[in-house]
Amino acid sequence: MWLLQQADAVAVLPEIVLAILAMALLMFGVFRKDDASDSVTIGALLSLGLVAVLVIWGGEGRETAFKGAFIVDTFARVMKVLALFGSAVAIALSVNFMKRDGSQRFEYPILILLATIGMMMMISANNLISLYMGLELQSLSLYVLAAINRDSARASEAGLKYFVLGALSSGMLLYGSSLVYGFTGSTAFPQIAEALSTQGVGVGIIFGLVFVIAGLAFKISAVPFHMWTPDVYEGAPTPVTAFFAAAPKVAAAALFVRTMVSPFGNITPDWQQIVIFVSIASMALGAFAAIGQNNIKRLLAYSSIGNMGYALVGLAAGTKEGVQGVVVYMMIYLIMTLGTFACVLAMRRRGHMVEQISDLAGLARNNKGLAFVFAMLMFSLAGIPPLAGFFAKYFVFLAAVQAGLYTLAIIGVVTSVVGAFYYLRIVKIIYFDEPAETFDTMDAEVRLVAYASGAFILLFVFFANPLIELAAQAAQSLY
Amino acid sequence: MSGWPILSLVTFLPLLGVAFILTVRGDDETALRNIRWGALWTTIVTFLLSLFIWAGFDSNSAGFQFVEKHEWLGSAAIYQMGVDGISMPFVILTTFLMPICILASWHVTKRVREYMIAFLVLETLMIGVFCALDMVLFYLFFEAGLIPMFLIIGIWGGVRRVYASFKFFLYTLLGSVLMLLAIIYMYWTAGTTDIIALLQNPSFTPEAQRWLWLAFFASFAVKMPMWPVHTWLPDAHVEAPTAGSVILAAILLKMGGYGFLRFSLPMFPDASLYFQTFVYTLSVIAIIYTSLVALMQEDMKKLIAYSSVAHMGFVTMGIFTMNRQGIDGAMFQMISHGLVSGALFLCVGVVYDRMHTREIKAYGGLVSTMPLYAFTFLVFTMANVGLPGTSGFVGEFLSLMGAFKDNTWVAFFATTGVILSAAYALWLYRRVIYGKLEKPALMHLPDMTPREVMTLAPLVVLTIFFGAYPAPILDIFGASVENLIKPLNEAAAAAQALATASLQ
Repeated sequence: MWLLQQADAVAVLPEIVLAILAMALLMFGVFRKDDASDSVTIGALLSLGLVAVLVIWGGEGRETAFKGAFIVDTFARVMKVLALFGSAVAIALSVNFMKRDGSQRFEYPILILLATIGMMMMISANNLISLYMGLELQSLSLYVLAAINRDSARASEAGLKYFVLGALSSGMLLYGSSLVYGFTGSTAFPQIAEALSTQGVGVGIIFGLVFVIAGLAFKISAVPFHMWTPDVYEGAPTPVTAFFAAAPKVAAAALFVRTMVSPFGNITPDWQQIVIFVSIASMALGAFAAIGQNNIKRLLAYSSIGNMGYALVGLAAGTKEGVQGVVVYMMIYLIMTLGTFACVLAMRRRGHMVEQISDLAGLARNNKGLAFVFAMLMFSLAGIPPLAGFFAKYFVFLAAVQAGLYTLAIIGVVTSVVGAFYYLRIVKIIYFDEPAETFDTMDAEVRLVAYASGAFILLFVFFANPLIELAAQAAQSLY
Repeated sequence: MSGWPILSLVTFLPLLGVAFILTVRGDDETALRNIRWGALWTTIVTFLLSLFIWAGFDSNSAGFQFVEKHEWLGSAAIYQMGVDGISMPFVILTTFLMPICILASWHVTKRVREYMIAFLVLETLMIGVFCALDMVLFYLFFEAGLIPMFLIIGIWGGVRRVYASFKFFLYTLLGSVLMLLAIIYMYWTAGTTDIIALLQNPSFTPEAQRWLWLAFFASFAVKMPMWPVHTWLPDAHVEAPTAGSVILAAILLKMGGYGFLRFSLPMFPDASLYFQTFVYTLSVIAIIYTSLVALMQEDMKKLIAYSSVAHMGFVTMGIFTMNRQGIDGAMFQMISHGLVSGALFLCVGVVYDRMHTREIKAYGGLVSTMPLYAFTFLVFTMANVGLPGTSGFVGEFLSLMGAFKDNTWVAFFATTGVILSAAYALWLYRRVIYGKLEKPALMHLPDMTPREVMTLAPLVVLTIFFGAYPAPILDIFGASVENLIKPLNEAAAAAQALATASLQ
């Protein structure tokens, strides 16, 4: 009972429940004699669902736990539900893939659960220490996941590369945190904010801030800390890549937003210029570097780099509207990414995955439904209305223009035109080219995810308002 | 009909046709026939329904009519539809041309289902552009039209279709995204995206107006298209299938002119005045330069495409004269060009379906085998030249008159364009229709089929009718144009007074 009192049980209940369930599933998997992966997968999905319900029904307003190191507000709730959703879909997408691959392991869903706990911790972090704990719990699980297919040289390489670079970025983050602590005298976000408003900004703080941003930029794969992304996306098994591109990005973006807005909210101009630079560099690199790619997973890696650049446009505004834009962006980005990777998972011929863009040739003749969904996802990623991707971009640019960041906004929309080129290239291959060999029949869960995501982006225009309102409330809760 | 959301009904009715086509199963002859008839009936019903808009339209009123307003994105955008004298003719033009396009595509055999769906979706989006009375909603329709058009050019186009479709898409997108930023800026400054509210109280500082004007100009100039950003048009036209070219020339290009009249002129009057000379220059260059380029073309569609750019030059010139005659002329020219250029592309389609080439050299002497075709082509050639008695004359004459009133030199140079247009159009006609019939492939060409007559006959009738009696169209937008130029004249007078004051 002592522990629960200390922890303000209500606030951290979802995390505690998820941790207990993950441990229980791990025990179950270890002690069961035969292959337990199916039961563990179902158990993991149920756990994520249960925790999502706990998050949604877990109270309202702002609550803190662990003496303020852990905070739950509307922003945290929204982002947590998104992360839980992303994790659940990623687990669902992997079932048949892993079976076919012969690499099915019960540890896989459990690692995703552990990473998800880390993400929830990140989203709720209100202290540099809890931030780091959440980040590491998530990252360590991700390193293992990247190399889960240990017999594959590519996957092992991806895992190792991710680990080495990830460790470097964690180091930078820690170094930055220690500087911030040293110059403000606290690791708690409210105290840092207070210290900054009373004693002003010194060089030491700026140094610390830069290192913290560098560490966070690595986690959302923003330029110039993006180098790991294409290799890891290409090397890791596709369902793992789908997971990497979705939920952890949401969590890292949420962490980035909270860290900038909450402790450093008073010195917005100081971090704003860094974020603007990172944002422009990500958008430009994402747009130009993707043009030359022939592997769909590599292309999507650059696409996700670009997308993070757009999300940062909202953050760069440094306003409530900006945060709202980021929340809307991540919401839509999550759905689009999961849908796109479901389509990539459908690229299977005679039991083998194919990954070249040219393998999609003439898909519109062989599989009209999949081709349509894929093409709409591409148009949506390019930001063409009336698809959801347009609204994602619209709201971040709305914030940027309001904050007077005209240059950023103009560069942003121009790079989105450059980016449209490579999305169009995929549509061209799907619709204009002569058909290649057909793909194998889609697995039920892959089809469900692809079509559901297609329906979401196509119909978003009709039910946009409640979601945008929700994002506005989430942004409000940070201020 | 009052109380009905008739504009939304007309706008979204084609999607019902899409739903019907999606339910048709199979790929056999019966299914294809059902799809074609389904699409045709959808467009015809849409057209008939849109006539109710015309019937119920009060042309004495300058305000918006049939207004529908609903909540949509909170404060960021509303769903508001409505038409005034400037947008209503385009709605009718769109719904009128769609059945013709469907008929003209009767013999498309490649992926018929997708083809018809693309056209019906495009119809919804085009009507939406002209009806939307919220800037975000307008942008949504304006941009979304790129998707079906991209697919139409890319799937059913000619040899270089991929290049043409990409060029079309990226050019237009680049122009439009700048407009989006301008829309966002206007939202923060004026606090609304409601077009009616913005028109009533266009209160942007002259400094801001210039930037906003340029951003909108980037979008509309590409769409129009104005020299020097017109280069996507010949490619898109040449590669697009016949019906695609018709839609492109007749309706999509008009969105540029409509945009100038709806946004640039009334919302940024000072900037419009400031950039007047700039637009005049570009228009005159477009008229003369593209007419000369048209003279040199060896591909029929390309020639008509360049002539479209030249005619659009008259439209931009007319719009920016900012007087009654000029804008009336520009409006009329847009409607007339919609009929005439659409018809010209259909005419090219007629011989292309038979010979599968658009090379002018491949033809000659068609008058002896295809007299009916020769007559039809003649009507539209004359309308393209702007011969009195055809609808082409009224628009050109009025816009030149407007230009003369404002700036004699502009009118002078633009008039040379009329002469050049006669040169290229008549020369094209001579090379295709007259001359000796000596090419063996042309010897036994059948004349127009009843289906082709049906597609072209209404256009012939309207071209001559509106040439002889333009009043029905001029009346529609008279009040709205009058309302449009009033603040412009005030702005001009204020600028004049300021200039005089500073001299003294």
